[in-house]
This record gives sequence, structure tokens and C-alpha cells, in this order.
Amino acid sequence: MRRKHDFICINCPLSCTVELFEENGEVQEVRGNECAVGEKYAVTEYLDPRRRVTTTVRVRGGVLPVVPVATSAPVPKRLVREVVRALAGVELQAPVEMGQVVMPDILGTGVDVVTTRPLPAKRD
Amino acid sequence: MTKILRPDAVVIGAGPAGLGAALAAREAGLEEIFLLERDFELGGILPQCIHDGFGSIVFDQVLTGPEYAQRFIDKVERSGIEVFLDTMVLELRSDRSLVAVNSRDGVLRMEPGAVVLAMGCRERTRHQVLIPGYRPAGVICAGAAQRYINIEGLMPGRRVVILGSGDIGLIMARRFTLEGAEVEGVYEIMDHPGGLTRNLVQCLHDFDIPLHLSHTVTFIHGRKRVEAVTVAKVNENRKPIPGTERLVECDTLVLSVGLIPENELSKKAGVVLHPATGGPVVDELMETSVEGIFACGNVVCVFDLVDYVTFTAEVAGRGAAEFVQGRRRWRGEVPVRPGRNVRFVVPQRLRCLDREVELYFRVQRPERSVRVRVLVDGRVVHSRKARMVRPPEMVRASIPAGALNEGVREVVVEVTPDEKEA
Repeated sequence: MRRKHDFICINCPLSCTVELFEENGEVQEVRGNECAVGEKYAVTEYLDPRRRVTTTVRVRGGVLPVVPVATSAPVPKRLVREVVRALAGVELQAPVEMGQVVMPDILGTGVDVVTTRPLPAKRD
Repeated sequence: MTKILRPDAVVIGAGPAGLGAALAAREAGLEEIFLLERDFELGGILPQCIHDGFGSIVFDQVLTGPEYAQRFIDKVERSGIEVFLDTMVLELRSDRSLVAVNSRDGVLRMEPGAVVLAMGCRERTRHQVLIPGYRPAGVICAGAAQRYINIEGLMPGRRVVILGSGDIGLIMARRFTLEGAEVEGVYEIMDHPGGLTRNLVQCLHDFDIPLHLSHTVTFIHGRKRVEAVTVAKVNENRKPIPGTERLVECDTLVLSVGLIPENELSKKAGVVLHPATGGPVVDELMETSVEGIFACGNVVCVFDLVDYVTFTAEVAGRGAAEFVQGRRRWRGEVPVRPGRNVRFVVPQRLRCLDREVELYFRVQRPERSVRVRVLVDGRVVHSRKARMVRPPEMVRASIPAGALNEGVREVVVEVTPDEKEA
């Protein structure tokens, strides 16, 4: 069965609404895009949408109680919530380095979760 | 009597603007630069902006806020710039003298060669949007909610309504959702979203959070804590339409209703502000109406990209150095005026007239297939096609070196329909 999926291209202020038609998962036609970037965007968003996930994890003994982290590369969109859940129980010990690996190969994606800032230990 | 410190330059605020300005002033040869920051660390708002999307122009790379800040912090730490943390500037005068205070040094008096204003902006609050109702806990600005969650590690609420679809509101809709809260919806009084398309898609659509355009909050319920809000559809004059009210239960109302440049210090120093930007009127060196006081970043006007903040900071930092070194010469006074479909332009005037000038402006209304043009006394010196311009996205244009001289009367920036395409 031929089905239509709508995507809004995010690559420029035009924000084209791109229509993608597929049959049994096979992309047949893309229209509504004003340039080639829009077509590529819609196909990627249909076949393999990915997002870089950013959140925070707990830190013991730091100048702040949490440190921001991010996946070192985009992960499949359907895993975004799971990535955040998997990090909910993580607690690091200060000092934390910038780019420190918090969780390697998260959910078997081959992507590491790393810190995005250094966090010094609290001096008392 | 407190000793008076006389550094070459004082930069007020150590967010992206202040960091960039201090580094640029240093690179331009200033020896003693003081960077004054009221928070306990450098970076300004960036440490709490943990999402990515920063730096695609400056670094040709997409970074998170903390990563963008760290690149500048690392440089500042190696630069010999003297950093004063937990330090609040209380007063700035038109002769550039200032009073600051912190718990280590007490009261600090300074008479710097130049001052760079880099205080950024702050959020419009509930009192500026005038929502009737009680005064319960749980009404919070989006940036404040962001600070609670991303810096303090605290959750401000569990069931959230967001008023305003600016970028911070959209980003917080996603952030609250990922932290386990339920975001009932985003309500926007205008008939178009306020934020970037990227954020609409990745913060709302990805998480099935509804966006209600032409809607507003008309009442806040709850005595101690927010218990619900009344939302209603608005007409073309943005007035609520009777009969469209709906009660939405929630414990938190997040406001993302705009940003205002923070210019209390500037005003005390007699710096002239522009009515359309809310920030200082500046020239091509980012020098304000008060000699030797420069300004950059969101204190001048709210930029949507940190990259532009950094660019203006570098101009201001170099400008401050030129001034202190006695190299800054005014050759005239040329106003930069907004023309067709342009709301405002920064800088608003030109005085040195000896260099290429980068202009930043916002349009009044969305328009397709246009030309962005810069005219010097009616002569086109810059013309570029743009497929689309929209009010939320700042536009850049430039005046090439050599296009200006003492005899020029005005520069006009305009957006015109692209005739070739029409």
C-alpha cells in the first residue's frame, strides 16, 4: 500500500513541508521540497531519523549537583527516551573532566555518552 | 578610602559576549583587562543551555552551550585576563568610573580606559504580560526552569503548561518531558510560532507535544501552588474570544514570552538606548553614545544565535583597544536606517567610515523570494538573494570597505521583492 508521510524541513527558514510517498517501506516519491536538501532530509527522517541526546547526570562532591552530558553522535530517534532513562541512575564523583565517558556504547548503539563541561570538586 | 584600580579595560559580564570581547581586546594588545562576572563561574547563560545547536558559524561545528562556552573559557584562563567572579557592578558613570563589590575584595573602585557592556538580557516576566489570577508558586520563566533543572538538578513541576513558543519555551518542553514531567501543551498568542522550525520539530513534534497557536492563558488558578490555568483562543487583535475558554489542570506555568536587554547600568551611565532594540545605540565599533563605553551581544539587542553575539563581542573588544590605544578616529556621522520590511538595524550609526561593516537586522514580516540590499546614498553596495526572511531569524548584510566617506548622508538597509524571480 502506498502511504504518505509529511516532514517539515529544518535546514533553512523556508521550512518546506515535504511529502514522502512509500510503499512497503520503499521510498517512491518526494515532493514539496524546494531544493535537494529537503529531499535528503525527508528520506533520512523516514528511513533513519537520528538525534543527539543531551541531558544531565548526578555528581557527588561537585560545585554543582549535576553535570551536562550528550551522546557523542546522534542515536536513532526511537531510543532518545531510553537513553535518558538509562542515565537516570548514574552518579559521578567530582572532579569531572570535559568529555569524560559516562556510559560507553549506550544501548548497544556504538555511541558513547560524554560530559560536555568540566565540573570541579567542591572545596570546603 | 578604597584604592582606585585603573585597568586598560573592564568587561562587565562573562557570558559569550564578555568572554569574546575580553579575548579580542587582549589580542588587540590591551595589557590589563578585568572581566567582571556576578555568577560563581564563567559562561553566562551557556552552561544551562545543555542542548546542541551552538557554534555552527563560528566553529563550523554544532556544539552544546557548555561546549561553546568552554572553548572561550579555556582561552581566557590562558590569556592573563583578570577574572573577578561573584562580583556585582553596582554603578557605572559616564566618565567610565565604576563601583563593584564582592565578598573577597569588598568594594572595588575602578577607572578603566574603556568599558565593554556585556550584561546580556533577562526574561520578560508574568508582570509584563499581565495574566489575571492569584499569585501562587509554580509560575516560572523558561530560563529559570532551565536553570533549576540543568544547573541545580531540581524539578520545578510535574504537569506543565507553557505560554509562548520562543526557543527557550520549546527547548524546555522537551527537557521537562525527558525528565519525566508531562507537558500538556504550548500556547502561543500569535498565529505563527515564535521559535525556530528546528525546535518545533525536534522539541514538540518528536514528543507529540501540541502547539496551540492564537491561544493565551487568561487566568491562573490556585492560592498556594498553581492548580490550573484557563486558556482561550484569541482573535486577530490578540484578545480572548468569549466562549472558547478551557480549564487545564497543571502545577506549573512556564513563561517563554520574550527577552529584554539588561541595561540598568547603561542607563545610569547615560548611555542612549534604542526604542526598537531596548539596547544601546552603537556605531561600527560597538561604541555607545558615551565615549569609551562599548557594548556587545544581547545587551545591545536580542540575537537568536550565539555566533552573532561572539562576532559583535569581537568588534567591541577590538574597538575598546583602538580607543584605549588612541587609534580610534571619527570621520563623520552616518545614520543607518531601516528601509522596506526592516524593523531595526545594528549598528545604528557609523562614525569611523574606514572599514567593512557587518550589519544585523530583523524583518517586520515574513517574506519569500527577496533581495537584501544595502544602499549608501541610494547606491547599492550589497545585494543578496534570500529565499525567505522571517522575524524570528536575524539577517546579516555588510557594507564593503571603501563604500563610506565623510560626505555620505545615510545608509539604508532594505528587503525588496526579487524582481528577477517575480
